[in-house]
Amino acid sequence: MRILLIEDDKEAAAYLLKALKEAGHVPDHALDGEEGASLAGEGGYDVLVVDRMLPKRDGLSIIEELRGRGDDTPALILSALGQVDDRVKGLRAGGDDYLGKPYAFSELLARVEALGRRRKPGEGETVYRVGDLHLDRLGHTVTRGGQPVPLQPREFRLLEFLMKNAGQVVTRTMLLENVWDYHFDPQTNVIDVHISRLRAKVDKGFGEPLLHTIRGAGYMIRDGAR
Amino acid sequence: MTALGKVLRTTAFKLSAIYIVVFSFFSVFFVLYISYTANQLLGQQLQATIAAEIYGLADQYRSGGLPGIVDAIDQRSHQPGASLYLITDVSGRILAGNVSRVPATLLNSSGAAPVTVPYERIAGGGTSNVAMVQVIRLPNGFRMLVGRDIGEREQFRRIIGRALAWALALMIALALMSWFFVSRRVLKRIDSLSATSRRIMAGDLSGRLEMAGTGDEFDRLAESLNAMLDRIEHLMQGLKDVSDNIAHDLKTPLTRLRNRVEAALASPPSNDTYRDALQATIEESDQLIKTFNALLMIARMEAGSQDGAMISVEAGAVVRDVAELYEPAAEEKGVALSVDAPEPVTLIANRELLGQALANLIDNALKYSAASASGTPKIVLTARRDGPSLVLQVADNGPGIPETDRARVLERFVRLEESRSLPGSGLGLSLVAAVARLHHGAIELGDAKPGLVVTLRLPIDQART
Repeated sequence: MRILLIEDDKEAAAYLLKALKEAGHVPDHALDGEEGASLAGEGGYDVLVVDRMLPKRDGLSIIEELRGRGDDTPALILSALGQVDDRVKGLRAGGDDYLGKPYAFSELLARVEALGRRRKPGEGETVYRVGDLHLDRLGHTVTRGGQPVPLQPREFRLLEFLMKNAGQVVTRTMLLENVWDYHFDPQTNVIDVHISRLRAKVDKGFGEPLLHTIRGAGYMIRDGAR
Repeated sequence: MTALGKVLRTTAFKLSAIYIVVFSFFSVFFVLYISYTANQLLGQQLQATIAAEIYGLADQYRSGGLPGIVDAIDQRSHQPGASLYLITDVSGRILAGNVSRVPATLLNSSGAAPVTVPYERIAGGGTSNVAMVQVIRLPNGFRMLVGRDIGEREQFRRIIGRALAWALALMIALALMSWFFVSRRVLKRIDSLSATSRRIMAGDLSGRLEMAGTGDEFDRLAESLNAMLDRIEHLMQGLKDVSDNIAHDLKTPLTRLRNRVEAALASPPSNDTYRDALQATIEESDQLIKTFNALLMIARMEAGSQDGAMISVEAGAVVRDVAELYEPAAEEKGVALSVDAPEPVTLIANRELLGQALANLIDNALKYSAASASGTPKIVLTARRDGPSLVLQVADNGPGIPETDRARVLERFVRLEESRSLPGSGLGLSLVAAVARLHHGAIELGDAKPGLVVTLRLPIDQART
């Protein structure tokens, strides 16, 4: 994916660029708001990673300007202000996701990839398939190898989000945000227990496991046979 | 500023000046009106009197001829009173009367209406008076003058004039006096207000403005300013607390972090040692970040600046959502988690923060009660309406918190001896308390017999105080 990183902290940016390259992406870098705005204006990026507080120009105004022109390149806002109302402001300005500093790189990568995936065809699909696991978004039914898998509504949404991002890491906070719409960090391993319940229904008794735990990052659903 | 300048600039002075001007105009108009109408009335009476006299003398003339009228005038002239008479012959010689001198041209003119002229009385000793007179020309060239001294009227006019002067003087004096007392009182209170304000500005934030207890606008002003000071003091205290907390409770883990890295560097080079040390460093810094975030969040909430995220929230749904999130984790620990939310209660709130508060309370309940509950550990979440408030409750049947410690555990970083071995930052309940305060509500820790029950009471009508 082509990623534009607008970040004024050179050291943090150098680390992010290196790590993004290692993950197989093509990152560009802008050091301040004006340079970022002109690069973003040229287009051609799959995802923008924008620091909120930038020299010369505010990160949110860059996104607002792009949205005003009808450019809907997904944007992830990075901010040292991780509070609820700041998040609300960021998303109102047209940001697609919001990540508070400091963050784990695995979290950033997972979110960037989820945003990049959003643009690809498949967003409008009504059936998600991973191996022999099928999820019908309209009928709210799940089958594995043709057998129905009964799920609670929340388990369905959990699986739906995982399958939408199939083959990509989904972090615990992403799950909490997208499935429960909460942004805090519970002390208890609540998400893990939900996943293990889901795993018991989706994977148990069906040869090849599809739902994988990615150590230190989160979870991924993928067809292990491929 | 000079003392006079200060006085001239006071509101009391300006008000007094306006009152003086307005009332002076009013009084002058009033007195002038009275004296004008009274004069009119007196003038009419005089004319009527003169007309009656002339009518009487005309009778005399008709019955007694010229000698008759001279007799009558002579007779009347000797009676005491304000009436004036004079009769002269053709050459102007006085035949009878009590007037010794009138303007010479007066007798040659004769009009239908009486005129006002100066005159001297025969017995007057040469003093000049003013009279209203009418001159009648008799058929044989004689002139008759009938009039009335109007000294009374002049006197009345003088009295009115003097009254006006007195009234004005008195009014100005009274106004000056009341202004003096009012302004002294007002100035004193304002001076005291500003002196106290300056003292407070100089650093003593605990100072408060005095209230006279009269409930007047100064008391109300002092009340508002005191409320403002309360808020500022509270915020300053919060800021101070945060910096103290950072000093005490963030330095410790930072030191630990540094020591661990230092120890790893000092030990013989080995990938495993480094890896372990780095892993521990990441974990420790994650914990630090969490603590820091929680602290900042509390501080932000205390400053009350989260209004952007206030929306209409159905409390029952929030409780059910959070319960649903925790239910599998609770079950895994053998804790029965149940919800009691009989009716929907909607209020303007920050859903995210309400959810987080509930999550913190459930985290605590799971952490502390699961291990040592009497019987089957259970947690009950309640959302119900109680009069004007929303009541959110999280009750467990664990060991509870001794009554003496209940207030203390709401403070930042306070952890009871018994819980020090368990993970946690000591900020969970502080955050819940801050969420309650942000929603203008209160938090209360009680005894669930056995166990702990935490009650949040949030006003549903979010009328800002």
